[in-house]
Amino acid sequence: MLISNRQALVDGFRDGIPIGLVYFVVSFTLGITAKHAGLNPFQGFLTSFFNNASAGEYAGFIVIAADASYWEIALITLVANARYMLMSTVLSQKFSPDTPFYHRIFVGFDVTDEIFGISVAREGKLNPFYNYGAMLTALPGWSVGTALGIFAGNILPPSAVSALGVALYGMFLAIIIPPAKKDKIIGAAVAVSFAASFAAEKFFPLISAGTRTIILTILIAGIVAIIYPVKENENAT
Amino acid sequence: MQHDIYIYILVMSAVTLAIRILPLTLIRGEIKNVKLKSFLYYVPYVTLAVMTFPAILHATQSQISGAAALFAGTAAAFFGASLFKVSLTCCAVVFIVELFI
Repeated sequence: MLISNRQALVDGFRDGIPIGLVYFVVSFTLGITAKHAGLNPFQGFLTSFFNNASAGEYAGFIVIAADASYWEIALITLVANARYMLMSTVLSQKFSPDTPFYHRIFVGFDVTDEIFGISVAREGKLNPFYNYGAMLTALPGWSVGTALGIFAGNILPPSAVSALGVALYGMFLAIIIPPAKKDKIIGAAVAVSFAASFAAEKFFPLISAGTRTIILTILIAGIVAIIYPVKENENAT
Repeated sequence: MQHDIYIYILVMSAVTLAIRILPLTLIRGEIKNVKLKSFLYYVPYVTLAVMTFPAILHATQSQISGAAALFAGTAAAFFGASLFKVSLTCCAVVFIVELFI
């Protein structure tokens, strides 16, 4: 059943409010890094509007601060953001096959960890307007926050930053725990992912979080898919 | 500084947007291969789980408040709380726990 575009937009906006709010707060810190790299608030705004990625932008700002080559920033951005390729591939299957080209481009414009999370949690096929609704809060939250971080530094008390810092993880838990409760295989996959991620961080501390995410995702989801391929009728999405 | 910041921004943005947009525009049809389909089915759960833990422990001022948020959020989600409520529960738990440590 395809719900109306208007309703999807409203739903996306509603689910996007906590995302935009937290992006706004978290991106202040990113702005401070950007300032050290020599960016002015407008340049920070541009970077965050078109990239909307924390680790990817952070890595990029470090390269800019070092005055390294354009090739280097391209490579680092590619590595830090590679996981979005997987997420975007997952979303390509969540779309109805006749979704027009321009919707694919605009939805692709802002596939962040969080927007990906809430989109996959939607039942049935994905209406692009749901993503647009979420982008209405996420994009300004992230880019304006970065610009203000460059302009003003961190003006929020540490206790507020700390408390809001877990909001996005709470969102991830809300997305993965209910299916894990319902489906034992997903539950086991989540448990294994937690344990493997913890072990990887402990034993391979030099591998960045982004790279760790993509390696573990391919390994764990790959192994689970080989052992427990999803039957046609179960995979309703 | 020898390089132009605007070109840096352009290069970063082009790479990021290509990563995000290409799969969505190039893969137009339904993937039929069962193994690949199953892999993509499990990806969201695995990838979000990997990103959540142990990162949640480092997101807060103390690992104790991060761990408390993890438990509270998991419990809230397990008993069917909405996305917004789970998120809010985690924030509240961190705020309260950090008042005492």
